[in-house]
Amino acid sequence: MAAVAARSPRGRNPIVAEDRRAGWVFVLPAMVIFGVFIFGAVLFAFYISLHDYKLLQKGGVWQIFVHPGRTWIGIDNYRDIFNSGDFWIAFRNTSWYALGVVPAQTITGLVLAVLANRKIRGKTFFRTAFYFPSISSSVVISVIFLWMYSARGPINYALIQLGFPTPRPVWLANPRGVIAMALEKVGIDSVSVWLEGPSVALLSIMMLNVWTTTGTMMVIFLAGLQNVPGDVYEAAALDGASRFRMFRDITVPLLKPVTAFVITIGLIGTFQVFDQIWVMSEGGPAKKTTTLAYLVYLEGFRQGRGLGYASAIAVILFLIILLLYLIQRRITEEETTR
Amino acid sequence: MAVATRQIAQPRSAAAGEERSSPLDVVLQIVAYLVLTLVAIAMFVPFIFSLTTSVKTPREANLPLTLRRLFWPEHLDFTAYQKVFDADIGRWFFNSAFVAVIWVIGRAFADSAAGYAFARMQFPGKNLLFVAVISTMMIPGMVTIVPKFLILKQLHLLDTYGALTLPFLADAFGIFLMRQFFESIPVELEEAARVDGASRYRMFAQIILPNAMPALTALAIFSFQGSWNAFLEPLIFTNSPDVRTLPLGLAYFRQQNYTEWTILMAMAVITTLPMAIFYLFFQRWFVEGQVSSGIKG
Repeated sequence: MAAVAARSPRGRNPIVAEDRRAGWVFVLPAMVIFGVFIFGAVLFAFYISLHDYKLLQKGGVWQIFVHPGRTWIGIDNYRDIFNSGDFWIAFRNTSWYALGVVPAQTITGLVLAVLANRKIRGKTFFRTAFYFPSISSSVVISVIFLWMYSARGPINYALIQLGFPTPRPVWLANPRGVIAMALEKVGIDSVSVWLEGPSVALLSIMMLNVWTTTGTMMVIFLAGLQNVPGDVYEAAALDGASRFRMFRDITVPLLKPVTAFVITIGLIGTFQVFDQIWVMSEGGPAKKTTTLAYLVYLEGFRQGRGLGYASAIAVILFLIILLLYLIQRRITEEETTR
Repeated sequence: MAVATRQIAQPRSAAAGEERSSPLDVVLQIVAYLVLTLVAIAMFVPFIFSLTTSVKTPREANLPLTLRRLFWPEHLDFTAYQKVFDADIGRWFFNSAFVAVIWVIGRAFADSAAGYAFARMQFPGKNLLFVAVISTMMIPGMVTIVPKFLILKQLHLLDTYGALTLPFLADAFGIFLMRQFFESIPVELEEAARVDGASRYRMFAQIILPNAMPALTALAIFSFQGSWNAFLEPLIFTNSPDVRTLPLGLAYFRQQNYTEWTILMAMAVITTLPMAIFYLFFQRWFVEGQVSSGIKG
């Protein structure tokens, strides 16, 4: 006790001085991992995207730093990417994917959360059930859905029993755009590739994605709803507001920050979809399920144009996600300050 | 926890709702139960299908479906499970479990130490570092896959357990989770220790960590889940069957044996079962961890 008193004669906290060093000691193990495999890796990703570096490049990786001139090609990778058909195919597929999945999982997640937030029994059971797909392995889910989508699988079986037509070729083998198919029904035969819509194959994977992630979104919305104070609704009810108006004018605005978060993680998730593609379709048929993340894999680690080129696609993917995040944040901020 | 207290605080509004229990309310209530039940069934049914298909004979698995066949096989047949073990699933299972344990231990140590420093200690560069750590949560795994591959290659760790564990021994989400928790425990605990002349290191080991079991449990669960389900990194960083994990083994097996549905489903069941049991015991942790990370982040 006496020693402590002597070290801090004016009641100064000896811990504060110790912390200046101890703080770094505490974060050191984590920061070594981060420094190499995350911070370092991000910078390295930008750097190598300016090189022509092959998967089986001879010599140690360090050479890229010691003799950068041997592989340096500046922005050539980026120029080649924007001139390549495959990039735009993958960009189109990924955009349709996000455009379909993000609104679908956000809306179903919100609706389910509103329903589960009523005075009902078994709330925990529903929450447990809805969240279960989120904790399961993406490979397992892909294999199960592969069977469900197969020609003699339960999805076709259900459609036939209910008297609906089944797609031909079967779901995951079908490269036709869904919007193009719908337009054909009304007599419009040719549309630009940009407006064909996602292929039936991609749509199959999109539905699987919505099935998997809706539960996560619902759980997040449910927590947000429980933060909305009950007396706001009481006051509105006294003023004679209808159910629908209360939902539109109270629930939805109060859920804005939660919705923004759900959309952000939705965009980040959908723009990097990979596992399902690898297991279910390998980018086919006719490249109609090749997404940007899958293209990174193909170009870098399959018979593609190498790691530098793949890394450049990955950087573009990162910038797209960043841009979408910033746009989304701008919109949310404008609406809350208004 | 916060969620639970708010639920208790709610009856006021619920009571207000009951006063004007109109026909509309009754209809809405029925619709709510109906929709929630149907969706709950939809969430479980694919897993039930995988279980029922795994115990069919291969012949029956390729017959056209009937409603009965969908939910119960004509002849219970466990040969798929025998064949699964011939395909070396025991090895994959061991690898998955071993790698998961390393992830859990590494993160329990690195994430909690870093989380504690960010919550309670003042050191130069702290705020900048914390923002940097948190913002990496937005970076897709695909962006860093090429550099990680090259770094591991240079360290001669490709195709070893090292590649499956070393890059994952700390993570932003875990650091964030632990920091949130440490900020919530009362400072008095540490002040008492300080009076006794304990250093930060002793304080952390003897007082903070033993009191952090709830957060460490959540962290362990998320780490286990992340490791158990990881696919992209094992796919890129490994090649030999010796270090193959369950998702990777299943994915390769399906690539080579396209329509061996009974075996594929048996593998799916074996891969899912440990997670499912874990989840049923700890479901509160899973869901609330997701929520706290979501709302406060």
